[in-house]
Amino acid sequence: MNVFLALTFSGVALGAVYFLAASGLSLIYGLMDILNFAHGLFMTLGAYAAWDVASHLPASWGAPLLFAIAIVASILGGALAAGLTEVVIIRPLYGRPIGQILVTIGLDLAVVGLLLGGFGSNSLSVPVPLWLIEASHVGGLSLPNSDFVALIAGAVVLVSLELFLRKTRYGITIRAGVENRDMVSALGINVGRAFTLVFVIGGAMAGLAGLLYAVVFSGDLISPTQGDSLLIFAFIVVVIGGLGSIRGSAVAALAVGLVQDYTNFYLGSHPGMAEIGNLSVVLLLAVVLEWRPRGLFGSTL
Amino acid sequence: MNAAARRGVIAVALVAVVALIPFVGLHLPWVLPSTVNVVNSTGTLEVLALCFIFAGVALGYDVIFGYTGLLSLGPVMYFATGVYVFDITLTHWNWPLIPALVATFAVSLVLAVVLGAVALRVSGIAFTMVTLAFAQAFYYLIEDNPHGLTGGDTGLALYSTRLPAFMSGAVSNTRNLYWIALGFLVVSYAVVWLVTESATGHVLVAIRENERRLEVLGIHPFRYKLAAYTLSSLVATGGGVAYILLIGTAVPSAVASVTVTLSILIMVVLGGAGTRWGAVTGAVLYVYLQQYLLKVAAQPSFATLPAFLRVPLSQPQFLLGAIFVLFVLFVPGGIAGVVTRRRLRRAAHRFDLASAAPSIPLEEL
Repeated sequence: MNVFLALTFSGVALGAVYFLAASGLSLIYGLMDILNFAHGLFMTLGAYAAWDVASHLPASWGAPLLFAIAIVASILGGALAAGLTEVVIIRPLYGRPIGQILVTIGLDLAVVGLLLGGFGSNSLSVPVPLWLIEASHVGGLSLPNSDFVALIAGAVVLVSLELFLRKTRYGITIRAGVENRDMVSALGINVGRAFTLVFVIGGAMAGLAGLLYAVVFSGDLISPTQGDSLLIFAFIVVVIGGLGSIRGSAVAALAVGLVQDYTNFYLGSHPGMAEIGNLSVVLLLAVVLEWRPRGLFGSTL
Repeated sequence: MNAAARRGVIAVALVAVVALIPFVGLHLPWVLPSTVNVVNSTGTLEVLALCFIFAGVALGYDVIFGYTGLLSLGPVMYFATGVYVFDITLTHWNWPLIPALVATFAVSLVLAVVLGAVALRVSGIAFTMVTLAFAQAFYYLIEDNPHGLTGGDTGLALYSTRLPAFMSGAVSNTRNLYWIALGFLVVSYAVVWLVTESATGHVLVAIRENERRLEVLGIHPFRYKLAAYTLSSLVATGGGVAYILLIGTAVPSAVASVTVTLSILIMVVLGGAGTRWGAVTGAVLYVYLQQYLLKVAAQPSFATLPAFLRVPLSQPQFLLGAIFVLFVLFVPGGIAGVVTRRRLRRAAHRFDLASAAPSIPLEEL
């Protein structure tokens, strides 16, 4: 039972990271019909921004402060990369949806190539405080502290995103735009500004996801291609949850994280089944699509 | 001679010239992609053969993407099927050539029909993502090395005593493999040409332009979409077979990862989606440039460049990605689009219609 509970906990933490990665993707798709392949790049760039800042500031500042700064750097790095992407290469292509997808693919390849050239394909280590590597004991369970960080980050982002989308003027514009973009612009509201905003918000969450994924699941290591592998799961989460739905993304992220964690643990130790966790996620996608082609919470496609 | 016959003659002449390249021992500095500056050196022939293989695969992909308008991110899966099933049946099971080939295409056909039918239940972006997810699952499966079949990340070298001697991976056979690759391209071109010019081909273009209209006309698009998906998958499988014969080793990151899909997509878009020669031109250009840039970056004088030049220039992935972005932004319709527009403008001049701006028939991607 304890094993099951611990597994559930880490599955939820994984789900939290998937949610951070997927919700921006879902919003961008919902508002702009863009399948943003550069989202994985935003995750990678967030992680590299965090590494860059944290490993160049004086160590005497103390690990906790440096890690806090690294988190901020990952958010800002992802947001900046996404904002620039939208303004410089997405905006000239309004009205050419496939062109928009294609430029994000090209951008991803180009910048990942640049990172590979600049930093090499080896992983870099992000400095983190010691307590992040340790585990806490809660009711007989030993739970990794990094999982708590991921969980809290996911919950905070989910709540603030919902508040932002429901209570603020910009948020309401974005939600209206997801529902019916033409109507919103017909009412004289500048949808272009909402586009940039959605990219910046999505990029910020992606940057954070990139750093947290490294901290929680890959031993504080970051590499130029990490975002691209995370992106595939983010895509799967978005499709399962329903394109454009934040709540759908949250539910689907949890489902995917849990399925992956359970199957990895219970089946992955058998010979030739090391990738069963990843495979079962794809199977889950196929099942959901057979049952509900628009995803769990999707209304329009 | 009418236009079609003239085009046929040009095509035959072009294939004949390309087929004679292995006999050209010309010394050509600067432009060749291998370190030996001789046209028929092993390295150059290998790169050219690789160009032909991907040109064929890109042609097949153009049927589903350019003609039918479906953005599938799954072609690598069928390419990898060609590579691995062929490799496994020969290397592990020691099958003779013909049964191995039949098995390879049979597996690919079943996969394409079953997975295509599932993926085509959804449309638009969801279709794209589902094909991507399937291809990725396939990649994980190969990396997993089930029952030691695929060799996982270390790869699986092709080794078989049952292969005809002229096909084996010996250096002296590079010429033969070059011709096999060229033969694959010619066959793919012929198949794609026949299909896209047929009534079925017109239905495919109609699906791209207005699927609902087709349904109103009483034509069921699903069957046609599945046929296009299957055709492009089988062509990709043929490319995989030619690839493993030429390269001799199957490594998941090189033949099964999503990067391969994206490269194929880029080739088609660079050349011009929805045109046959555009896909071929894009693929040849892409593969050639990639290999050429690697050669340039490996030169000793290159290491003396300042870092801000050396780092980006040493990464073909960066340069090709950047070129691709610029093409999408500024050259809609790819190379074929540029040529078509120029031809239209010239035709307009000839008929003294220059004042009427020529329309661009290509879909602007």
